[in-house]
Amino acid sequence: MARIRFEGVRVVYPTASRPAVDGISLTVPSGCLAVLLGPSGCGKTTLLRTVNRLQPIAAGRIEIDGRDTAALDPIVLRRSIGYVIQAVGLFPHLTVAQNVAVVPNLLRWDPRRVAARVDELLASVSLDPAVFRRRFPSQLSGGQQQRVGIARALAAEPEILLMDEPFGAVDAIVRGSLQEETLALQRRVGATILFVTHDVEEALLLADLLIVMRDGRIEQAGAPAEILTRPATPFVADLVDAGDALRRLSVITLGELLAHGQPAAPEAGSSAELPSLDAGASLRDALAVMLEAGASRLRVLRDGHEAAILDLDTLRGAARR
Amino acid sequence: MLQQAFSYALLHHAELSAQTRTHVELALGALAIAIALAYPVGVWMAGKRRLSAAAMGVASGLRVVPSLGILALLLPVLGVGTPPSLVALVVLALPPILVNVDAGYRGVDEAALDAARAMGMTNWQRFLRVQTPLALPVFLTGVRGAVVEVIASATLAAFIGGGGLGETIITGMQVNDPAQLLVGGTLVALLALSAELLIVIIEWSIPWRRMAQR
Repeated sequence: MARIRFEGVRVVYPTASRPAVDGISLTVPSGCLAVLLGPSGCGKTTLLRTVNRLQPIAAGRIEIDGRDTAALDPIVLRRSIGYVIQAVGLFPHLTVAQNVAVVPNLLRWDPRRVAARVDELLASVSLDPAVFRRRFPSQLSGGQQQRVGIARALAAEPEILLMDEPFGAVDAIVRGSLQEETLALQRRVGATILFVTHDVEEALLLADLLIVMRDGRIEQAGAPAEILTRPATPFVADLVDAGDALRRLSVITLGELLAHGQPAAPEAGSSAELPSLDAGASLRDALAVMLEAGASRLRVLRDGHEAAILDLDTLRGAARR
Repeated sequence: MLQQAFSYALLHHAELSAQTRTHVELALGALAIAIALAYPVGVWMAGKRRLSAAAMGVASGLRVVPSLGILALLLPVLGVGTPPSLVALVVLALPPILVNVDAGYRGVDEAALDAARAMGMTNWQRFLRVQTPLALPVFLTGVRGAVVEVIASATLAAFIGGGGLGETIITGMQVNDPAQLLVGGTLVALLALSAELLIVIIEWSIPWRRMAQR
């Protein structure tokens, strides 16, 4: 497992008038998907690149599981951290399989283990190994290239994954499926992910921990729902469009609402007629289902069993908050 | 006249094959020296943008100097024979190789280099496993240009006693024998063409050449 801790990290570019990263302290818990969100030039990519020491820091320290990365060999450090960028950067002279195998080969894995790992990874990013193994990157679509990029980053089973606007160059439909797959992968491999984006929707969808950055500093860090409902500064409120009630509803799940609020007691009798939704669904989905069914109440299910009944008033209250 | 040429070739085949050999040796020697000199310089220059622009100007300037002119200039310094011929041919072969090594290494995709670094390749691994294979097709294009130039110009070596197929052509001019001229000229052309063809085949056999030349 891997917890990343930044402590007073500063990055200064020689020609710039102010630091690109200006004294950032932040802890990303193990297994967390942390999204760095902010306008271009806010320092989010620079901060990301300090983790695998592609970017030297002028002051402060970065710890992984309590170990100062400055004390580690950067080559060894980088081989233990996955890296995905918008431009993908596949090696054009290597096949898909060879691209995915780069880090395992650098680590001198047994060839049979590498081959098995490559097939497993290609399958896990929805590319049929039999079809894609021997293709060259130029024979792939943009979305397929980025899938290979993700497989390559995961090849040596890193506990940390750095992703720098990985879906910025693919179309909206592919982006949607890659985002879903990233979440699924995250749950499966349990890596700590640092994800840079300037796309608010993407950030809200993916983040366990959302870090809003501006001018090299952290403007606010917290759960997406918290940032939407309690933006710390006008900049944050403006950036995430916190005034949008539907957006707030979309980041809160039924389960979260019921955990915090007062669930309406299950009533006997008529509840079988009501529409139902799993507790993992968002309040926005719940609203849509209720409007569609013309119902003012909704059954919330957990593992297929009724856990609570939600009514429109509770939903309205959550949207206003 | 074709018939005359054939009979000349048959009659002098031993002499012609010796000249062909010298010709090829001169050309390959010059090419090898030129690559040995230009490759490291080109790699080094590819890393320095400003310097590379200046050096490219000098290199293209060198291309304009006629081979005969170089021979004339070298004659008082190096005398006659193989050394001045080699030097002249090396000077000819340097620019296309230098320009293409520089362009090849500079043209490597920045994102691929960034990824290579981020994945934990050492500088040396990055150079050998990423930059060099990706620069290879462009380098070969430079070699192809140099090889044709060098084989054609090696003909002039005969003027200063460097040997090669130029000898047959020069005697042909002196005794005014068109058949002899034809034989010498044809052999030089054949050499140049087959060398070019060989390199084209090598270029084609690189699986990623299309991707690299985008």
